[in-house]
Amino acid sequence: MIVTVSLIPDYSQSLPQSADYVRILPEIVLSIFGMIVMLLEPLLDEEKGQKLLGLIAFLGALAGLGATWFMAQSPGLAFWNMVKVDGFSVFFHILVIAIAAIVILCSYEYLAVQRIRAGEYYALILFGVVGMALMSSAIELVLIFIALEISSISSYVLAGFRRHEAASAESSLKYFLLGSFATAFFLYGVALMFGATGSTNIDQIGSTLRAGPVPLLAFVAVALMFVGLGFKVAAAPFHIWTPDVYEGAPAPVVGFMSTAPKAAAFAVLLRLVFVIDVHGLVWVVWLAAALSMTLGNMGALVQDNVKRLLAYSAIAHAGYTLVAFAAAPALGTSAAMFYLAAYAAMNLGAFAVVSHFANAGERYVTLEDYEGLGRSSPLLAATLTIFLLSLIGIPMTGGFFAKFYVFNAAVKTNLIWLTIIGVVNGGVGAYYYLRIIVMMYMRESRKEVPVTPVPIALGFALACCLAATIYLGIFPNRVLQFAQDSAQQLVQAAPEAPPSTAGSMVPEALR
Amino acid sequence: MSTGDLSPIILTLVTFTPLVGGLLLMLLPRRDRDIRIFALVISLLTFVLSLHLPVYFVRGQTDFQYQIDKQWVSTPNIHYHMGVDGFSLWLVVLTTFLTPLCVLISWKSIHERVKEFFILLLILETALIGVFTSLDLFLFYFFWEATLIPMALLIGIFGHERKVYAAVKFFMYTMIGSVFMLAAILWLYAHTGSFDFVVIRDAIASGTVPKFPAAAQWLFLGFFLAFAVKVPLFPFHTWLPDAHVEAPTAGSVLLAGVLLKMGTYGMLRFNLGLFPEQSRQNAPWVMTLALIGIIYGALVAMVQPNMKKLIAYSSVSHLGFVVLGIFSFTQAGLNGAMFVMLAHGISTGGLFMLAGILHERRHTYEISEFGGLASPLPVYATTYLVIVLASVGLPLLNGFIGEFLVLSGAFQDKPVYGILGATGIIWSAIYLLWMYQRVFYGKVTHSVNNSLSDLSGFEKIAIWPCAAVALVMGVAPILWLAAIDPAVQAALTPVVRMASRMVGQ
Repeated sequence: MIVTVSLIPDYSQSLPQSADYVRILPEIVLSIFGMIVMLLEPLLDEEKGQKLLGLIAFLGALAGLGATWFMAQSPGLAFWNMVKVDGFSVFFHILVIAIAAIVILCSYEYLAVQRIRAGEYYALILFGVVGMALMSSAIELVLIFIALEISSISSYVLAGFRRHEAASAESSLKYFLLGSFATAFFLYGVALMFGATGSTNIDQIGSTLRAGPVPLLAFVAVALMFVGLGFKVAAAPFHIWTPDVYEGAPAPVVGFMSTAPKAAAFAVLLRLVFVIDVHGLVWVVWLAAALSMTLGNMGALVQDNVKRLLAYSAIAHAGYTLVAFAAAPALGTSAAMFYLAAYAAMNLGAFAVVSHFANAGERYVTLEDYEGLGRSSPLLAATLTIFLLSLIGIPMTGGFFAKFYVFNAAVKTNLIWLTIIGVVNGGVGAYYYLRIIVMMYMRESRKEVPVTPVPIALGFALACCLAATIYLGIFPNRVLQFAQDSAQQLVQAAPEAPPSTAGSMVPEALR
Repeated sequence: MSTGDLSPIILTLVTFTPLVGGLLLMLLPRRDRDIRIFALVISLLTFVLSLHLPVYFVRGQTDFQYQIDKQWVSTPNIHYHMGVDGFSLWLVVLTTFLTPLCVLISWKSIHERVKEFFILLLILETALIGVFTSLDLFLFYFFWEATLIPMALLIGIFGHERKVYAAVKFFMYTMIGSVFMLAAILWLYAHTGSFDFVVIRDAIASGTVPKFPAAAQWLFLGFFLAFAVKVPLFPFHTWLPDAHVEAPTAGSVLLAGVLLKMGTYGMLRFNLGLFPEQSRQNAPWVMTLALIGIIYGALVAMVQPNMKKLIAYSSVSHLGFVVLGIFSFTQAGLNGAMFVMLAHGISTGGLFMLAGILHERRHTYEISEFGGLASPLPVYATTYLVIVLASVGLPLLNGFIGEFLVLSGAFQDKPVYGILGATGIIWSAIYLLWMYQRVFYGKVTHSVNNSLSDLSGFEKIAIWPCAAVALVMGVAPILWLAAIDPAVQAALTPVVRMASRMVGQ
């Protein structure tokens, strides 16, 4: 699709046109379905109505995907330059809405087993996705902040949905307190940026900063925004909350939290880093990437709880994604986009298996419980193995190409040291994923762990994740092409981004 | 089928037949007998297909043959580029030759999770063949990593007591070794815009790669480390004895027979092929490590009380010869190195099968548990002797030719390397023959051993081909070397040119 974006805002006081509404159509559709779910819930039977609500929510997500297609047909700016529909935002719309659809499928049986009231749950997921989708298309910092809040607040509540568990309450509260602290940083950054450039529109800020010398204030502002978003994507050193929150939250929600809000926050970060081109920011990203990879992998090495293990691995994967941010704009953006897509597929799949296996009350979440799963439930074990191999980055899985593109981008930008830190981390990281595989196949079970048959909805979700993981691992071309095209648009929207700047911004010592 | 028809697709067929077979095997019901027969048919089919390669291989041509080159991913520019030359030709055949034997030797010994076992074996075969046939660096890395999982699972699921430890150690060593290669491959791609082996080789040779002189040594080391772990070169060898001792017999056979060759093949193809100058510069210390490996491996093998560990350490020693030959930069040395690779694959594969047969009967590898086996097991003892002598390097058997060539190459390079390397032959005679004497000669020391049964039909079919090939290779090495030698000369051309340039100055 061809996007023609005029950088000069044709500011008008006139009322929004119909095209404006088309450009936020997915958000509208998702909100409507969320409200339908909430309105229907009290009218339905508490036991039987659950399934229907799930179905409506799933249809809502599908409708959201359809609306994204409509939205993609009319690219451009909307609502007085606050929203921008381009290839980049379409990509992230599809990603987060697809994630939500999969999560709804995964939760279908889980909610009944955990005795969670379905209405609020599904509605919160849909509302959360509205925020995340908006984050990827908003180019106005204040709107981004609002979208961020919409997505965060629903995540806070979702984390606490296992009401009867203290761990879940702890998880929710911790996430809420630290999360609001982090969004405050973001807001502070927005305020300072306004002070530095007189604007809160990303494109305008970009051109203002490129026009003259970059004030120190702008750098501080971007750094503060980076802190806020770094928290959302669980990048070190803002990662401390991750293991506790992931451990306590319901497993399908963790699958959701570790992919969708992360993808959305990365989308904002991509726009910030590559459109607002602040010198010196790259080495902040460099450090965060190196730290996240190392701390995440080191932490995961010693975990015995699978949810905590995957939480640390999520930190490490945030680090790999950040490697792409330190690279050259076009290459880095497309590598990061591909990474997020592949990561969503494999991580959602892994959490879907974990949440099914954990059973009612999430009793079976330690490594020991996985002993002998390869024998008692071969298909489930094989599926999880493929997701774990993809997380390691073994060929024929999406994870392989994802890592490959990221490091490829980094080497092209001459970030040799960061690449070496990354690949060594990839090697170390293999160990803890391997531990799960070892448990499943090479140990005999010592405990009686009941494995219930996989319900249809979950089976379908798993099949989707599996297909996506393998598709990205064997035929990465189409998704990558899409990512590259939209990355090109994004970077071109910031005129004259000299190709070598990203590299030369890195201090010599760090190369 | 006429001759020309298959040539463009033969490599694809040979590489992916086992994988397709493995996938079909997943669909078969769990009837162990059917599964075994199916696996055997697939592996034999692959072997027959692979015979196309040496039959229609044009000797004396240095270019890659049976090439296929299709674009796989457009950006980055990844191609499905395969082809074989004298180096890879026989390694492919070695792989397809050993796999049916592995199926046969596992016929009776694997009776649990039979389906998984043969699926993994066939997937492993595809990955191994892919390593030898790919000419695109990305594709190569892809197959290289892909060998890890099935092998680690074979060790970890079907191995002996400390299988998990051995499997994880094997996985981590090779994984961490190979990430440096990935970094080097990425660097090459970033500066040449291609993953194609031939393109990169020519770009480096013509000096058009920017910043290459500064990075060359690091690139050499990146590749070298990955290969050195795999070979394994001293001091990266510690994973090998564990992996071998714990692996099931078929796993050991493929591990020693083919997986280790991935390392030496990689040195030959990539270190020598892409960085001839750096290889020459680094040769002294690499050869020193190889010599340490030869002697140290042999000495450690000598004192092993465990038969399988003894064979494992003998591999460290033999692979030392290969590295010594490669880095001697002589025609004889490189030919010899290739020949030792093949000979070692056959004879050590045979030794592991024989050790496995004994383990099946007595559930131990301890040499002290045996003694005087020659009288209850005459056929077994004779077969064992042939393979042991092949491994020791008795003239007329395959081990001799390769080691002789390697040593003569090493002598040409520096006499001291030749002299020290030659002691390796003496050591190997000592540890292998001493082991043979303790196990087979004298009176039967443990009465249980009197009741052991001799080789069964399956076992004979599995091992006798190894013995026969060992003999043919020893008598008529030219059958193999005729294809190898042109590749060796082509590989040495840049080195010779370099040397004459230095003399010219």
